Amino acid sequence: MLRYLLPAGVFAGLLLAFFFGLGRDQHTLPSPLVGKTAPLFELPRLDDPSQTFSNRELAGQPYVLNVWGTWCIGCRQEHDALLEIARRNEVPIIGLNWNDDRDKALRWLADLGDPYVISAFDGEGRAAIDWGVYGAPETFLVDARGVIIKKHVAPITVAIWERDFAPLLAQAGKAP
Amino acid sequence: MKLLLSCLIGLFLLNVATLQPARAIDVAPAFEDAAMQARYQRLARQLRCLVCRNETIADSNAQLAVDLRRQLRELMAEGRTDQEIMQYMTDRYGDYVLHKPPLVPRTILLWAAPVLLVLGGAAAAFTVIARKSKLPDTDPNDPGLGA
Repeated sequence: MLRYLLPAGVFAGLLLAFFFGLGRDQHTLPSPLVGKTAPLFELPRLDDPSQTFSNRELAGQPYVLNVWGTWCIGCRQEHDALLEIARRNEVPIIGLNWNDDRDKALRWLADLGDPYVISAFDGEGRAAIDWGVYGAPETFLVDARGVIIKKHVAPITVAIWERDFAPLLAQAGKAP
Repeated sequence: MKLLLSCLIGLFLLNVATLQPARAIDVAPAFEDAAMQARYQRLARQLRCLVCRNETIADSNAQLAVDLRRQLRELMAEGRTDQEIMQYMTDRYGDYVLHKPPLVPRTILLWAAPVLLVLGGAAAAFTVIARKSKLPDTDPNDPGLGA
């Protein structure tokens, strides 16, 4: 009996392993930064290179940091969702324009609409490295204490926003 | 056939003779000091390009790999130790940035798998051989090992 049951059991085990292993999201890497203090950056503004913007200015209030670039197809896909999220006015969205061309980026915002309160221009990708960014679009939620409480890699949708981000906003708004 | 074979062997030998040490993708060496350059290449080969996944930042020209190589050069120029540099990278990108996974509780199965597979195979082979060798010899045409 065992000589039939054993191979069948091993086969069933393999099936289960493949079913759960291959169905898993292989793209998203766990970020060591979730639960840690958001890295500070000070970068030129996208719309005005003579001025800088630092996320230090947002201390004490929650915000979303969205990493984008005009070269990034996923950013184009999520753009309408970002506009909708911005329209709800629940939390300010900061843009981190990553490894991009300033003129192209400004034209993109003029043509498609600007969901960002402000965009910082990270032309050398230094702030992106500090934030552990590996593939745009990436969306971070930072709470009022300045801690990253949520990260989403890949285009965001209104459904993902409502499921993963919006429920955290009440908690995120509490001052330290 | 013989000609083809010797051609192939010749080509192979030519390849081996002209083989160069693997270089990072940068056009110019990053450091003038040979020891620093060797260290730079060694470290670049230990860090994963997170966009391309199965390449190191030494092999890839993805923008992220280019940026991470620049970061690596700057950290080295600042005089950081290997350990500090690896810590800097894992603080931001997690253990996955290390091309060779570290031996931690979460990766024990990964590291133990080859040994477990060899032991399992040996146990299975041993069981089968031990059982078969106890069976009587049923083939009258088989002269047996003693013949």
